[in-house]
Amino acid sequence: MTVPLIRAEGLRVEYPGRSGGKVRALRDVDLDIFEGETLGLVGESGCGKSTLGRALLRVLEPAAGRIEFLGLDITRLRGRAFRRIRADLQMVFQDPFGSLNPRRRVADIVAEPLLRARGATRAEAAAVAGDLLDLVGLGGEAGLRRPGEFSGGQRQRIGIARALASSPQFVVADEPVSALDVSIQAQVVNLLSDLVRDRGLTMLFISHDLGVVRHIADRVAVMYLGEIIEIAARDDFFAAPLHPYSQALLSSVPALRAGGRRERIVLEGDLPDPANPPGGCLFSTRCRDVVERCRTSRPELREIGPGRSVRCHLVKEADS
Amino acid sequence: MTDPVLEVRGLRVEFDLPGGRLPAVAGVDLTLRRGEILALVGESGSGKSALSMSLVGLNRGPRTHISGEVSFGGRNLVEAPESELRLVRGKDITVVFQDALAALNPLHRAGAQVAEMIRTHRDVSRAAAWDRSVALLGEVGIASPRENAKAYPHQLSGGMRQRVMIAMGLANDPAVLIADEPTTALDVTIQAQVLGVLERLRADHGTSIILITHDLGVVAEVADRVAVMYAGAIVEQGTREEVLFAPQHPYTMGLLASVPPVDGPIAARLPAIPGSPLTGIDRPAGCAFAPRCAFAHDACAERPALTRRFGGPGHLDACVLDEPARAAARPEGSRS
Repeated sequence: MTVPLIRAEGLRVEYPGRSGGKVRALRDVDLDIFEGETLGLVGESGCGKSTLGRALLRVLEPAAGRIEFLGLDITRLRGRAFRRIRADLQMVFQDPFGSLNPRRRVADIVAEPLLRARGATRAEAAAVAGDLLDLVGLGGEAGLRRPGEFSGGQRQRIGIARALASSPQFVVADEPVSALDVSIQAQVVNLLSDLVRDRGLTMLFISHDLGVVRHIADRVAVMYLGEIIEIAARDDFFAAPLHPYSQALLSSVPALRAGGRRERIVLEGDLPDPANPPGGCLFSTRCRDVVERCRTSRPELREIGPGRSVRCHLVKEADS
Repeated sequence: MTDPVLEVRGLRVEFDLPGGRLPAVAGVDLTLRRGEILALVGESGSGKSALSMSLVGLNRGPRTHISGEVSFGGRNLVEAPESELRLVRGKDITVVFQDALAALNPLHRAGAQVAEMIRTHRDVSRAAAWDRSVALLGEVGIASPRENAKAYPHQLSGGMRQRVMIAMGLANDPAVLIADEPTTALDVTIQAQVLGVLERLRADHGTSIILITHDLGVVAEVADRVAVMYAGAIVEQGTREEVLFAPQHPYTMGLLASVPPVDGPIAARLPAIPGSPLTGIDRPAGCAFAPRCAFAHDACAERPALTRRFGGPGHLDACVLDEPARAAARPEGSRS
């Protein structure tokens, strides 16, 4: 197999808990993301999907584990060496209102990563910003205005233009359409898929919306309480998710077409407190298929077929 | 057909803004029947929240102009004095907001907030109100209600807080519950639980529910009837099956088509509605959706009335397109 563009090994992120202990937001995650693919990362709030995205870009400092970019260990890179890599790793944020400085002109916002990371001249950066604003459908003259003059969907286009300014190889898009109106979501999803195709981008697409993920992703990873619990090719996953949590998640998406209604699996209870996780399988407290073994022994993420791994004692290889 | 609980006729809500008057609700007729869940669907600025707030005068103020008729219990609430409305709110018609953390008092125990709601409108002892509060928390699906009634809002999860809000809304057994995006802040697995609570309410108490949402999935889950709003007006109205599976208005069709499904064929591109929703003061004289509509033509320069055209008896729309044009516009999958 080829060298992955991004590789995480045993990546762990912790933050201080209320009672002095440590809360593990990311539990030793292993993940490969290959060049040119879009990996959809799904799960509910608090599952660690945003934490994983941020840790991969080194916005968050991991407590343990390593991150590789094209085989190079970038976990502890500092100074100029890291700035050079930083240009290749960019992020599109969820909130198109909070993530753009309201006092700066849009052209300057878009050009900033280019000036900072690639050391471009002002004139070069301004030209690239104009081209990018054209590319995302706003037109170069939008650069003269300030973020407040734009709608939510337009601001998200500005955020995307900024993420592309330094010609990154890898982009983390963290819930990029969740804050947008339904009719605008589709426009932005189409823009992202065009950019991925035309610029050969590799993307981690973080979303709680399974329909959008199915539309845009090549592979899907599901997280629960800081762990990846299933990872599979898009079509395999949506045809038959194997982890009981994945099954519940998919079954909770309502059908909007006649006759499309599936059996709904309603999960009991809430997500466990991450500061005080259950023993054994982390999902055992809400799983309808739970057996005694699940409460005592923690399942590994096992490869059960080509490109398909599941963290569940109950899933056999024959199931795939 | 069951009797109407709440009837809205010619309701207009306008806000004075620096640049002029914003017609947030531009003339709406709507009937809520006993024991039904009516979903009000729309995007930001469609007027769905302004409409529901004005039903009980929550957005009254010097810069708000509300006119028309909201008939409830033989009265027109639009003209009722504030003192009278205050008695209606919290007792006959209650509102549950989206953001439970902001709406709950952080310094009071969850059970005490429900109990206070009861004591505001009824002459009962503290102990009796507390007992009823615990019973209500149990009814909305809060585990160990006796213990959790003593919790402060920050000690509860988002789904539990939303249930406390619903329990407060139910405290006085209202005829109408207005739920404004009650599950928007929640994850899908928790959303399913909260929607289950609303359905049970309707079944057990015959409560009529107005459910305000931007989420067509929520509509598909629990609504009996649906009204789709665009730029302050209802553009389509009918049963859940009619509106979701046999839409008549191009805006409804566009909304449905732009939601990518989790099964069936995957489109190369998502069918998006071009442009953005109307939110400003300036509104076109004709159909408000025409500037974004792929099927707009000369006849759209005049504003179409909301009336029955090609749907069932209760299936209304505000669009001048003829039947063949609608059939061509309808997204795959909803075409019968």
